[in-house]
Amino acid sequence: MIRYRGWKQWLLVLAVLHGTIAAAGFLAPYDPTEQDREHPYLPPMKLHLVDSQGHFHFRPFFYALHPRDGSLDQFEESSGQVQPLGFLVSGRPYRLLGLVPSRLHLFGAQTSKIYLLGSDAYGRDQLSRILYGGQISLLAGLLGAGLTLCFGVLIGATAGYYGGWRDGLLMRLAELFVALPWLYLLLALRAFLPLSVRPVQAFFLIVLVIGAVGWARPARLVRGVVLSAKERDFVRAARGFGATDGYLLRRHILPETSSVILTQAAILVPQFVLAEMTLSFLGLGVPEPTPSWGSLLASLEQYSVLVSYWWMYLPALAIVPFFLGYLGLASALQQEISVEKIEGKTGGDVW
Amino acid sequence: MEARFTFGRWFGYGLLTAATILFSQPVTAAPQSTNEELLTLPGEIGKQGGRIVVSLRAEPKTLNPVIAADTPSREVILGAMQADLIHINRATQLTEPALAKSWKVSEDGLQYTLNLRNGLRFSDGQPFDADDILFTFRVYLDENVHGTQRDKLIVGDKPIAVRKVDRETVVFQLAKPYGAGERLFDGVTILPRHLLEKPYAEGKLSQSWTLATPANQWAGLGPFRLKEYLAGQKLVLERNPYYWKQDTKGNRLPYLDELVFLFVPNADAQVLRFQSGETDLISRLSADNFSLLSRQQRGFTMSDAGPGLEYNFLFFNLNGPGEKTSPDLARKMKWFREVKFRQAVSQAIDRDAIVRLVYQGRGAPLWGPVTPGNPRWLNTAIPHPARSLEKARELLKEAGFTWTTATDGGPALVDSEAKPVEFSILTSSTNADRTKMATLIQEDLKQLGMQAQVVPMEFRSLLDRITQTKEYETCVLGLVSFDADATADSNVWLSSGGNHLWNPSQAHPATAWEAEIDKLMEQQLAASKYDQRKKAFDRVQQILVENQPMIFLASPDILVGAKTSVGNFHPAALEPYVLWNVEQLYFKDALGYARQ
Repeated sequence: MIRYRGWKQWLLVLAVLHGTIAAAGFLAPYDPTEQDREHPYLPPMKLHLVDSQGHFHFRPFFYALHPRDGSLDQFEESSGQVQPLGFLVSGRPYRLLGLVPSRLHLFGAQTSKIYLLGSDAYGRDQLSRILYGGQISLLAGLLGAGLTLCFGVLIGATAGYYGGWRDGLLMRLAELFVALPWLYLLLALRAFLPLSVRPVQAFFLIVLVIGAVGWARPARLVRGVVLSAKERDFVRAARGFGATDGYLLRRHILPETSSVILTQAAILVPQFVLAEMTLSFLGLGVPEPTPSWGSLLASLEQYSVLVSYWWMYLPALAIVPFFLGYLGLASALQQEISVEKIEGKTGGDVW
Repeated sequence: MEARFTFGRWFGYGLLTAATILFSQPVTAAPQSTNEELLTLPGEIGKQGGRIVVSLRAEPKTLNPVIAADTPSREVILGAMQADLIHINRATQLTEPALAKSWKVSEDGLQYTLNLRNGLRFSDGQPFDADDILFTFRVYLDENVHGTQRDKLIVGDKPIAVRKVDRETVVFQLAKPYGAGERLFDGVTILPRHLLEKPYAEGKLSQSWTLATPANQWAGLGPFRLKEYLAGQKLVLERNPYYWKQDTKGNRLPYLDELVFLFVPNADAQVLRFQSGETDLISRLSADNFSLLSRQQRGFTMSDAGPGLEYNFLFFNLNGPGEKTSPDLARKMKWFREVKFRQAVSQAIDRDAIVRLVYQGRGAPLWGPVTPGNPRWLNTAIPHPARSLEKARELLKEAGFTWTTATDGGPALVDSEAKPVEFSILTSSTNADRTKMATLIQEDLKQLGMQAQVVPMEFRSLLDRITQTKEYETCVLGLVSFDADATADSNVWLSSGGNHLWNPSQAHPATAWEAEIDKLMEQQLAASKYDQRKKAFDRVQQILVENQPMIFLASPDILVGAKTSVGNFHPAALEPYVLWNVEQLYFKDALGYARQ
């Protein structure tokens, strides 16, 4: 029983994390593209409960920041007016999960804007950008992994099941795909694409690219499993009874690969989130002003940003819990499956 | 590993050169010559000795002034190795005597009589006289040499004629009066006839004086002479003992023993080198890096030399649709050709935000092509309208544009055929400042209902699109005038010019206003009086602002820095910003040079 809880726990963690990102519209106080030109590179604001006179407030509050004398990017708290934090306030309209129109935000402030994680070069709220950026990055990772697995299963099963020249051809192709220097090819590819790509187009392009590039590894794994599964006695028996290839694959062989596919999925998703970040970092991703975790990190290419504004690193930290979640799930699944296999075997002997 | 290895090597060199300098000092002391006519420079009296290290963003392609076209080569050659007859003082922006101690212009403005300094020598000790000048101009004007300055020396379709009167007097005859006058001679560096006459006669001049030239095959009249070149690493120059300037106490300049150019291609890497003390001076700093260095206070003098001559602008593709133009682009070109559309875009741009967010306030908003760094030519009558979305909308309405509701609920601008107004803005991917500008403009235009996409692109492919294929919609770019004079950017304003970016190299001016600019530019060039020239160039600026082929955005300040131990550090708004008075730079602490 304990081992079941293992992967379920991880699944719960991941569900919470993804839920947070999916509800970005509600959790983020502002629109991620909204510029506040008076407040570039604002450091994260601190929430207080006790004001400068020592009075205790039940409602958390913050102080507005203003530039230090003679500086444009150095700010300090103006401890004069207390800015109370409002909960469940009405703000900019958004669509929850892209469907439900709403104006309700978890928190916000009335007179002054609140930047819990600071602002970027254009005065855009870093917290809102990380939350919205996660939608792009995670969705690209999930869709990319789904696409890759579809390709992988299709190609791997064909190669493993039919064997012969099909196997040779597909596996050589897979080797070629593994060996190609993808990053350089993608950079070259960008030159051929139309100049301006809309964010939505760019997004699906990324998913397609990620999905098309990654299929080789899962295909080879699936092929291996199929290769051994098709020689199993029950498969031979089914074939002897006149089962068609389609039936055999669907009913007997592919279910054998499910464990491999699940583990692969749990490994591939974070990998592809990282791939999206790499592409966006290099300017091949979703264009400005739409945020994604990769393009949020791209500003760190500048030395002055790197050493001056530590909160610009935060998007890099945002992926850490996701990685842990997915990798934890992958190893829990693997354990689960190996245990199941052993039990299955012993059970079989007894029976 | 690589970096450490290199550092170790430099360390070794540093010790070695310091020792050599200490011991060889008396030997290389200024040669005595009684009849030398030295130029005396005012300014702080410095200390002899030391070496200054600066970063260069690329390796110079050549040391040959005739064919040098790239910025690093010109910076090294003009800034430190060679000299011209009449020089533009980078601080005052006015001409002053250099190799010519005085000059006279005839009444009609056609004849320039230059009197040369007597008794000067090249850096190899050979004498300099009028024959070197005749040779120099013969080479510069020779079509077969393909010199980069040839165009500049052809006035009124005829090359300048040069005549020697005696050893110290040369007469230049122009076919037509030339507005900028003696500014013409700035940057035309004098070549040593005794070294280059032979390669020139053999037709090999353009192959001579590469970076690999042995130091004894090279000579110049600048403050420093060639010492050593290490491919991919650095160029080392040493003091020219025959240099023709002295300080008010009669000490021969330059003060420094060595000037070293390190090749550091990346701006951020240059900042790191400066921060770690490897280099002594830094120029062309971005505002971000400037405030970063200012904040650190580690023995640097950081200086804001005010607005320079760089102007950044957004321009539209105003080329007529050709055969290969896609229908999509042809449709967009129709909007761009509508002057009210361009004016509306200009009205909607928040220039103050650009100065604040891109330059951290260290810059000036621009409404015309001339920056505040060039007060002599700035047309002060050009209005500075505040940003107004209302006015912009009115202009668009007059031009036949209307609004509908976009999918996200905001306004969407559509043209008379009900097509949404969407276009891309190209920027150079290596220039973070301009990409930032484009992102701000994108947001500004979104409020007008225009959908702009910022497309950062590798600089060479960007130039290729603008000048060759002409497949682009709009672009944010910047130019730096090489001189604070009306003629400096003729190449941009003349419709036949290669840098007439919105529609380059036209056979005939495409529009009436471009024809008028052509005429006015010719007028100001032919006029000899400043007032007449100013009037013509003021009108040019006005036409440009009325028609907005380029929407001028902002000009960054010249931001530079030096170690506090560097004396006579007076950065200027003109190139080379920190090295223009390199002969007067010195180290205040005597051990300045032994530190490496």
